[in-house]
Amino acid sequence: MKIGEIQSLLGAKLLCGEDRLESDVWSACCSDMMSDVLAYVKDQGVLITGLVNPQVIRTANMMDMVCIIFVRSKTPSEDMIELAKESGIVVMTSTLRAYEACGLLYHAGLGREVGDGNV
Amino acid sequence: MSDVVKFHFDVDGHDFSSAGEASVAVKQKLRALGYPPDIIRKVSIAMYEGEINMVIHASGGTADVEVHEDKIVIILRDTGPGIPNVELAMQEGYSTARENIRVLGFGAGMGLPNMKKYTDSMQIDTTVGQGTTITMTVNL
Ligand SMILES: Nc1ncnc2c1ncn2[C@@H]1O[C@H](COP(=O)(O)OP(=O)(O)OP(=O)(O)O)[C@@H](O)[C@H]1O
Ligand SMILES: [Mg+2]
Repeated sequence: MKIGEIQSLLGAKLLCGEDRLESDVWSACCSDMMSDVLAYVKDQGVLITGLVNPQVIRTANMMDMVCIIFVRSKTPSEDMIELAKESGIVVMTSTLRAYEACGLLYHAGLGREVGDGNV
Repeated sequence: MSDVVKFHFDVDGHDFSSAGEASVAVKQKLRALGYPPDIIRKVSIAMYEGEINMVIHASGGTADVEVHEDKIVIILRDTGPGIPNVELAMQEGYSTARENIRVLGFGAGMGLPNMKKYTDSMQIDTTVGQGTTITMTVNL
């Protein structure tokens, strides 16, 4: 799925990374615990979270994730957006709750596309 | 014989918002040096977990990264409270972090086991009341 499709599915507002909307992603994870993202994420390219601090951006960077979606209208600071730009990470914010955002993306096939290598 | 490339960082223990900066910088440098993504990811995750620990459990310290011909060594030194029971601290899910840390997204007790998982060797030297030095190696 293209990052741009995620944006339109969630009706999300793009905060940075407009040049990467055509990039493909295959799976996502949702957590407010960065500890768990660090311990359990494998190759999920998208992070859905309601936590807002610079460690969200840095954690995604460490995990080679390419897109962060803040839910419940949470909005990162300018500094955080700057960090994301430096790391080449797309950031968007959605008014949806995490459960709804995950449901929509899962229903649209993210993380369960045939032949994407996931089990 | 190629030279050892060294990076040194001071990790501020009193400003959580900067926690992780050193690891981000190391990742950038390793990318610029052209190391493979899987090696960079191992070093990044292990160092980042350790750097966050220095900020949330100790009062900061120093981080040194040495890039050798055959390995990358990460040395994290702090002068925090030390770890009274290393075996216990190494268990998945063991954490002394309280609610004020968990609201920041950390404190699941997964960091030390994750550091071990992503490195080829990990040594913890710790003295209660004096501090902790963690040395991790990722083979190239
Ligand atoms: N540098 C340190 N100085 C003192 N105590 C430490 C240090 N690093 C870890 N510890 C102790 O070991 C415990 C386990 O550490 P670990 O990194 O596995 O989990 P955590 O930091 O509590 O949570 P998480 O890493 O999942 O966010 C900590 O809760 C803390 O008590
Ligand atoms: Mg930890």
